[in-house]
Amino acid sequence: MNGHALSTRRAAGAGGARRSHLRRDLRGIYTIWYRDVLRFFKDRVRIFASLGQPLLFLFVFGAGISAAIGRLGGASGGTDYKQFIFPGVLGMTVLFSAVFSALSIVWDREFGFLREVLVAPISRWAVVLGKVAGGSTVSMFQGALLLLLAPLIGVRFSVLQVIELFGAMLLLAAMMSAFGILIAARQRTMEGFQVVMQFLLFPMLFLSGAFFPLTTGVPRWLLALAKIDPVTYGVDLLRQVALREALPKPALAALSLHPPGFDIAVMVVLTFVFLAPAVWLFAKQE
Amino acid sequence: MDVIETEGLVRRFGELTAVDHVTFEVGEGEAFGFLGPNGAGKTTTINMLCTLLKPTEGRARVSGYDVCSQQSEVRDSIGLIFQDQTLDNRLTGWENLRFHAMLYDVPKDQFERRAKELLEMVELADYVHEDVRNYSGGMRRRLEIARGLLHSPNVLFLDEPTIGLDPQTRRHIWDYLLKLRDAEGVTLFMTTHYMDEAENCGRVAVIDHGEIIALETPERLKAMVGGDVIDLCTSDDARSAELLRERHGVEPRTGPGGEVIVEAAGGDRLIPPMLATLAGAGIEVRSINLKRPTLEDVFIKLTGRRIRAEGADTMTAMRQHAQMWGGGGRR
Repeated sequence: MNGHALSTRRAAGAGGARRSHLRRDLRGIYTIWYRDVLRFFKDRVRIFASLGQPLLFLFVFGAGISAAIGRLGGASGGTDYKQFIFPGVLGMTVLFSAVFSALSIVWDREFGFLREVLVAPISRWAVVLGKVAGGSTVSMFQGALLLLLAPLIGVRFSVLQVIELFGAMLLLAAMMSAFGILIAARQRTMEGFQVVMQFLLFPMLFLSGAFFPLTTGVPRWLLALAKIDPVTYGVDLLRQVALREALPKPALAALSLHPPGFDIAVMVVLTFVFLAPAVWLFAKQE
Repeated sequence: MDVIETEGLVRRFGELTAVDHVTFEVGEGEAFGFLGPNGAGKTTTINMLCTLLKPTEGRARVSGYDVCSQQSEVRDSIGLIFQDQTLDNRLTGWENLRFHAMLYDVPKDQFERRAKELLEMVELADYVHEDVRNYSGGMRRRLEIARGLLHSPNVLFLDEPTIGLDPQTRRHIWDYLLKLRDAEGVTLFMTTHYMDEAENCGRVAVIDHGEIIALETPERLKAMVGGDVIDLCTSDDARSAELLRERHGVEPRTGPGGEVIVEAAGGDRLIPPMLATLAGAGIEVRSINLKRPTLEDVFIKLTGRRIRAEGADTMTAMRQHAQMWGGGGRR
């Protein structure tokens, strides 16, 4: 019986191998994605715990600063600070969630599970894309939870805005998942985790304009760093979509860095810029 | 047809040659053992055969596919059970199996039928919907064995499959493995540093410092260190020795307590006729003792050293500690 299986496999391997490989890899992407999503929904504690930080920023930090500084973006009817940081906090949630999700590759490597994936008959690029898809989905779900809370701080969205916000979150999530995998591709242990947090994620978050406008005379060095921070483009896009209805055009323009089309283009390009070396590093066989 | 063929396989890590010109074949349905101390090159060899590591030199084919140029085909045809567990602790046993089936493109109906069958065989059917983090070490191993066979591989690679398990669980795992081998006809390729386990294999390659120093059936390996040893205490030891020499062509010698000592191959088959001879001559046999050489004796004879089991135990303890920590941490 075994001999038979062996011979049929060989016959199948010769012809149509290319197409069946592709089919298999697509299925592999789905499988990796499925596991990440399954794990996310099984871990209810994580879902709620991860809401803690954004809620603190919105309701404590936001309310406090808002009371102290009044309205942003000029006297001509700017925005309330809580409204202003809402897209920033949304960006923060997506950023952390996407990068942590990608870094789970390191956990899987350290605790063995990754080998189960690496010896399976699917290509390494499929594993990477599956991880990006999984990280993006999980991040967008976290973002969606936050959107539900928007009315509580007086932010309301039209249906079209919600759809556009999801699009913006997807771009940011995919870009930062790819970035996370690039970091995780060769990392052997979670010891580097704190370093990643302190020296990459926090700087990227604070430079991104999530908590203050980058257009109101910030020091030049800060603006320069902000412009090389990929997260800046996500926050800029999220803010323009989120505050489009609430603010008059000139007030919104005064708070925005780039036209939305430019933000989108930068994020799409950067996603591939991160993805290519991530796949290469991850696929490199020792 | 050979399921695994290697030819002059070499793997170097910088200055260190972990595997040094290893050549062997494993036939279909065979249980093939790699026996050697830690660091002998066993895991490195497995990693090369299962496409996780590139050989520095030489070639290897698994199920007829080259491990360098046909990786996807090789992976498709093998199942793997690693030294460290590779389950997702946060998922249930069933979810782990389903993930595997999806990765290997096993059709859904086929997966369910086969998963149930295998779970039955490794006696996990009742626990399959519990999270793996609640499983004991032995249960995890059994789940991994079932998972490794889920996609009906030609070869099942097992890297120290029973490391860190208690003796009873180890014996159980072996029962399952041999049962599955017989039922599925799957080829088993395993590494171990437990002597008693290697005896379950049809053929054993003894590996040390990256080289195969002997490759034989366990019986023939043991024959290398001389035969079995039979101790006899009888009512007339001198006459017994004489009779045994005459009738059975053995060379008995006298032990420190005056007992008769016979060294011969196949001692188990020699005892009944010897007893008959002595009984026929009216000699009473008071006690009889058969000692068989172990693979440990073989290893000592081949290398002049014991297999360094102590070091392995320290490693096992560390590994278990790491896993416990992992199980209690974010995972």
